[in-house]
Order: sequence, then structure tokens, then C-alpha cells
Amino acid sequence: MPPADAPGSDPAPTAWTRKHLLGLEDLSREEMTAVLDTAESFSEISKRSRKKVPALQGRIVFNLFFENSTRTRTSFSLAAKRLSADTQDFTASVSSLSKGETFIDTAKNIEAMGCDVMVVRHPTPGAPHLLSQHVSSSIINAGDGAHEHPTQGLLDLMTIRRAKGKIEGLTVALLGDIAHSRVARSNIWGLLKFGAKVILCGPPTLVPRSMERLGCEVAYRLEDVLPRCDVINVLRIQFERQQGGMFPSVGEYSQFYMMTQERVRKAKPDLLILAPGPINRGVELTPEVADGKHSAILDQVTNGLAVRMAVLYLVSGKMPAGE
Amino acid sequence: MSSEEVQECDAGETGALIKAMAGRIWEGSTPSSPVRLVGVRSRGVPLAERLAAEAVAGGAVGAVDITLYRDDLDQARRWPVLRGTEIPFDVDGADVVLVDDVLFTGRTIRAAIDAICDLGRPARIRLAVLVDRGWRELPIQPDVVGLKLKTDRCDRVRVRLRPIDPVEEIVRIPAAPRLSPS
Repeated sequence: MPPADAPGSDPAPTAWTRKHLLGLEDLSREEMTAVLDTAESFSEISKRSRKKVPALQGRIVFNLFFENSTRTRTSFSLAAKRLSADTQDFTASVSSLSKGETFIDTAKNIEAMGCDVMVVRHPTPGAPHLLSQHVSSSIINAGDGAHEHPTQGLLDLMTIRRAKGKIEGLTVALLGDIAHSRVARSNIWGLLKFGAKVILCGPPTLVPRSMERLGCEVAYRLEDVLPRCDVINVLRIQFERQQGGMFPSVGEYSQFYMMTQERVRKAKPDLLILAPGPINRGVELTPEVADGKHSAILDQVTNGLAVRMAVLYLVSGKMPAGE
Repeated sequence: MSSEEVQECDAGETGALIKAMAGRIWEGSTPSSPVRLVGVRSRGVPLAERLAAEAVAGGAVGAVDITLYRDDLDQARRWPVLRGTEIPFDVDGADVVLVDDVLFTGRTIRAAIDAICDLGRPARIRLAVLVDRGWRELPIQPDVVGLKLKTDRCDRVRVRLRPIDPVEEIVRIPAAPRLSPS
């Protein structure tokens, strides 16, 4: 019998009753399992020659991106198209926001055009939560500042579950810029709820000791952590979110924390390496590691599409009366 | 079986119906032009497996989940849980027999045909059902039928098959009588 969180096990009976996906902090393990199991079903569609199903025919999905993104926006657009929804991109830099219109008024105008789902990326933590209180469309958080990136967290969970057959009991290290990373927060909530041990590793300026309160171990020396890890998620240095230098130099950071072949050899033979991208080759990991047999970076991209199809499908459902 | 259910076929009779259906499906088939069975989830799948087990040459069985092709998804009270489509053979040019337990309005079969045609272009699709209970809303007719059952529109028909169910039988659940206006 497969473990409860393994692919192919029965879908969680609680399934999904939420209108929005705002973060993983709020979600239960059962709700996340419902998304992952639905995503497994959608994976099959991406392997077909005709990669399209009519499930969201007639629905309109707006991508509201107030921050640059290529990967996530493209992934959401493609996911919506595969479900036959109409999609429209909204780019903040060429909008009436530059004429003084508020964020909420912009969203209300978009909703007046018949929008059903808004996929929102915003530099301010909590912006999607705020929007969910002012519009009737479903809101999907596609990254809010350094707060959460729930679909990235879910696709990382899916990639680990597929590669390892389970999540519970694994030791997963998040390596690098934890302090500024929304991916780290979504990963922490998701992994802990699935029963993984989470180690946060990086320079002290990027891994505050206070994060131990979340239930994680904090470590500053990668060499101490490596032999224990089943999975290492290599996070990008968020230069754009740092006020000043959080470490002496990129060269020094690489010397202590870059995943190299030599470091991979010190880890378990079946180590799985994830990286949310965009990756900085030669800073967070070497090209040999990024393209090596332990790397699941491109699997993450593929699984991301399935996860976003699943989330769009689930939030578009009708809620039972009273919910 | 609950007290409201009327048993139309017991396990032995249900098994005999399936055997007779298999005879008709595999009649004239050869290993060089195999028939491919595709069961509609959920009870069409064990039925297709039983039909395949009766074939001399054996045969791969696929499963189709019609959820994403339903024409009433917008009206669904809650989005249905997906169980996935798994077709382990090439649909292009195949002689496909779509298998389901009960044929009623025809809307499920319409959705299943759409789902299969999104996977490729079969040479032919035929339909085999264990029970045809009538009341079609679309111009869809089965090629192979186990049992033609006369029902009222609001009756329900349940097929129970192993391994999904603990027993095998076909039951009809009559619609509750309407209260006459006072």
C-alpha cells in the first residue's frame, strides 16, 4: 500500500473548499494533498499531442503582475490555456496605476470586465490578501514580496514527492537567502506540515536565528548539514530585495555556500537538488550541478505547470452554500 | 442491498451478462487487429478488465476520466475530484470499445468520446454497456448491451462490481412516489 502522501493514493476526501490560494501557512496537509493529487492528473494532459481540456471554457483569468516575472506568469498563462480559459496579462508599468489609480480600483475595473480569477504578483506582502477582501474574483497569490509563493511551494512538494515517493521523514535543507525569500516561507510551511525536517542554511545575515521558532533547524556551515540531507533547495540570492550588502562578496558567498560537485559527493548518493530559478550559475550552484543527475530543476518547471492547472481548476469550482 | 432497492440481477446473472458481452466484443477479432477496451471511470474500468480477461489474445485496458469534459461542470455543487485518464496504447487508428456500466442520458459517453478523440484519431469507437436503462438526451446508442432495463426517468440504477464493491449485482432504486397535492 502506498504511503498516504504518495502519488496514486486515493484523493483526499476533504478535497478543496477554498475560493482563493493566498499562502501555504493557512492550508492543511489534506488541502495540499488535494492540490498535488489533482496536479498528478493534470500531468497526463501535458504529455498529450493535443494539450488541452475544456474544463474552464468561458472563464477569464487575469495575470496581474506588479513585479517582473517571466517563468511564473508564463506558467500560469499556459496552465489557464490548457484548461481552455481566456487569459489576459496586465502589466503595471503601462497601466493607469502610473496615473494615480489605486491597486484596488485597478482590480475592480478588471473585475468589471468579467474576470473570474486574478493571479496576483505584488512587491508588498499581503497585497493578494487585501485584494481578496475587495473583489469577488478568486485570487491566487503568485508571490507577495518576501512573504509567500504558494504555487512554488506546492510544485517543490510535488517534485520531492515524485522523486522520493514521500515527503514525511525526509530532511530538506533550504540553502542561501532565507531572509528575503518568499519561496523559503512557502516551503517551510508546506514541508513541516508534511512531516519533513527542515534545515535553514546560509550566512547568519541571511538566516536569522529567530526562524528556529518556525520549527526549523538553523545552520551556518553547509558542510555540517550536507551528509544529513535528502533534498537541498538552493535559493537565489535576492540582490533586488537587499538594502545593502548582506555578505562581504559574491565570491565569498560562493566559496562557502555554492553547491559544487565536490559538495554533492559529500551528500547522500540519492540527493535531490531543487532551485526555484532564475538560477545564477557560478553563484548558488555550478553549471555541472545545475545540469547534473541530482538536479530536478527542469522537473520543477514541468510540475509547476501541472500545479498551476490544478490550482486554477480548484479555485474555479463552485463553493457549497454557506462556504 | 437496502430495502428500497430492487435486485434485477444477482452475482451469477451479472457474471453471465458480462460473459455474453465479451463473446460479442471479441467475435472475429485477431491478434493482428486487436480491439482496445477503454473503461469509463469508475465502474467501466473493472468491467473492461473483466471483458478483456475473456479475450483469447488478452488485451490492454485503458481508463478514461470524463470529469474535465462534463457539460455540467459549471453547475456542479463542488468541483469533482480527478481520478486521471490512463491509456497505455496508441489511440491513433485503434479499434476502440468504450465500456461503461450504465447508459442513461448519453452525456457521459459524449464526454468520453471527446476525451478519447483528444488523445488521437481512432479508426472506430464502439460502445459496450452492461445496462441500458433508456432516457437518452443525445443521439448515442450502444453496440453491445448486457441488459436492457425498463426504468422510470427518476429511478436510479446501480451496478456493483468487484473489486470496487464487496458484492456483484445490478439493482434498481425506484423513485420515491410523489405526494399528491392536498
